[in-house]
Amino acid sequence: MNNVAIEVEDIGKKYHIGGLQAKYQTIRETLSSAVKAPVRRARDLLRGQSTGAADLHEKIWALKDVSFTVKHGEVVGLIGRNGAGKSTLLKVLSRITEPTEGIARIHGRVGSLLEVGTGFHPELTGRENVYLNGAILGMKRFEIDRAFDEIVAFAEVEKFIDTPVKHYSSGMRVRLAFAVAAHLDPEILLVDEVLSVGDARFQRKCLNKMEDVSHGGRTVIFVSHNMASVTRLCPRAILLEQGQVVADGLSHKVVASYMQSGLGTTAAREWTDPHTAPGGSIARLRGVSVRGTSGEPADAIDIRFPFTVEMAYDVLEPGYKLLPHFHFVNEEGIKLFIANDLDPEWRGKERPSGRYISKAEVPGNLLAEGMVFVQVSMMTLEPIIQQFLEPDAVAFHVVDSLEGDSARGDYAGTMPGLVRPLLEWNTQYYPNGK
Amino acid sequence: MTSSSTSPLTDIPVTIIRPSRGWVSLRLDEVWQFRELFYFFIWRDIKVRYKQTVLGAAWAIIVPFMNMVVFSLFFGRLADMPSDDIPYPLWNFAALVPWQFFTNGVNNSANSLVTNANMIKKIFFPRLVLPTAAAVSGIVDFILAFLVLLLMVLGYHVFNIAGFSVSLTLNVLWLPLFLLLAVTTSLGVGLWLSAMNVQFRDVRHVVPFLVQFWLFATPIAYPSSLIPEAWRVVYGLNPMAGGVEGFRWTLLNTPAPPGAMLAVSAVTSLVLLTSGAYYFRRMEKTFADVV
Repeated sequence: MNNVAIEVEDIGKKYHIGGLQAKYQTIRETLSSAVKAPVRRARDLLRGQSTGAADLHEKIWALKDVSFTVKHGEVVGLIGRNGAGKSTLLKVLSRITEPTEGIARIHGRVGSLLEVGTGFHPELTGRENVYLNGAILGMKRFEIDRAFDEIVAFAEVEKFIDTPVKHYSSGMRVRLAFAVAAHLDPEILLVDEVLSVGDARFQRKCLNKMEDVSHGGRTVIFVSHNMASVTRLCPRAILLEQGQVVADGLSHKVVASYMQSGLGTTAAREWTDPHTAPGGSIARLRGVSVRGTSGEPADAIDIRFPFTVEMAYDVLEPGYKLLPHFHFVNEEGIKLFIANDLDPEWRGKERPSGRYISKAEVPGNLLAEGMVFVQVSMMTLEPIIQQFLEPDAVAFHVVDSLEGDSARGDYAGTMPGLVRPLLEWNTQYYPNGK
Repeated sequence: MTSSSTSPLTDIPVTIIRPSRGWVSLRLDEVWQFRELFYFFIWRDIKVRYKQTVLGAAWAIIVPFMNMVVFSLFFGRLADMPSDDIPYPLWNFAALVPWQFFTNGVNNSANSLVTNANMIKKIFFPRLVLPTAAAVSGIVDFILAFLVLLLMVLGYHVFNIAGFSVSLTLNVLWLPLFLLLAVTTSLGVGLWLSAMNVQFRDVRHVVPFLVQFWLFATPIAYPSSLIPEAWRVVYGLNPMAGGVEGFRWTLLNTPAPPGAMLAVSAVTSLVLLTSGAYYFRRMEKTFADVV
């Protein structure tokens, strides 16, 4: 039997975007174009080529020559920077929009989860919305009937199920929406970033549900910006860059090559163009790195030794108190800890504009083995305004040594746990049992 | 273009996704597969329409009724418009009830894609379901207004107002057909307008004007007997002309609309519907990108 679930061959998708408007030089040209434009548009409209009321000269290929195959039961992560074409690809595969060229064959019923809660109506009750949303997502009525209690229990909204959704908190709404979607039962599931919903506890629940789904023999394509959940959920990943597939393979490797695109290492990144650098009007992020004892960027860190994380940023507007901080997240998406800048030199002081580099030293014998992702974040205090929050800015591997002087001692097997501190041990011997 | 088939060895459906060119098939089988969604959209529209209004579903009656009052004052009283020897308010209301159903259908379906833009951008389903459900969902309003019409007929009859007495005939059996004519026409117009509305929001401004113009092109305030005999068939090019006159005829025994005029109305309506459906399908591929 044919084992292929999704075949994509040379898919391309062209968008018309608002390019530079032709400058009208004279009143005569302006007038003649005002007269001609509606005529031209009416003609396009009847030909079925219209692009809307805007003058769209510029074209971009959101996807170009994209080809890959996914086997039944495979769980594939789709990663890439914003605008790389991930969402467009999911839209093409779920038939929301047509490709401009190429062909894709999909073997099996497709369920797509591009945004939770689309089609929720605020005036309808939770119960009514479950049925409506289920129908929109392609569930049959009896399927919704069968899953209804489970959906409500999963969303934890039993008490409010007959209350109009407009009275729900945003968290409740999102939980209910995800619960409906999570109980879809197609052979192929296309998922876009839905795990970034709700509070941390519910996110965990969703992640677990996704894991059940992927272990249930379902074919899943999963788009995410969260590298930790990609490596956890998907054995295979595809990396898109400017609409093209640039890497396809084991997710650890693809994630690593994604993180390296830039400086050739996952351990350092720079934003050379100050205009596109992440940040607000007060501060912009210019560079992040993880450095080992030698002071050079290092993507492998010896578990025994301290290392530094540093961020370079420009302060554009003087007079604000800033709080740079790092978040450390492990491969499973668990936040290990947050480190706030405590340097007394600048703590609680208004800063003049200019370039800053803030470094923090992380002690040795703290983190457990495995991949660690660093989120870099900056906010102003009084008032609190977030300036940037760059998830997965850099990443590194913590490598344990087998020399016997780390916390694992002489044991060579796997050691679970979020941290791996080196403790002082003391064993006393009492030969007489006292 | 997408096509689905079931591979012979297994029962796994195969979907082929590729760019479509030119005029494409209507794929009504796919619409049929999504019929539950169609019911749900109608049900949602009905449930939500009068939420958070004080008068609620009474609006379904008030709007045509107030129209009737205005028409009766200006056309019935002041202009002394002939009304086939039926009391003018009753005669006028019998036309306004199907007319209101028609305009609601045009309005709702013309805006259906834009109001559900979010869904179109995020979820796949046959887009035809949206304007169709919107055109049909006015049926509850119609039924309410129709009950009022029946009460009016009964009231005029019992109290013998203006010498009116009703004699219901088997003509009533034709009533669903005239209703169907109103549905196909409003859906036909709605399909054209909704697909254009995605690209050009101008449609939103055109619809009220179009509806108003159409109202006067339809024998609602005046009888079609005012139109010279020779022009009646041409008049039938407005499907609502045949629809409204026919509706009156089934209930009030007014002179039957000429068969030729009705035939022209029916054909025009079907042409509108099929051309609208094909145009809609042709434009469909741009909806998610442009809306």
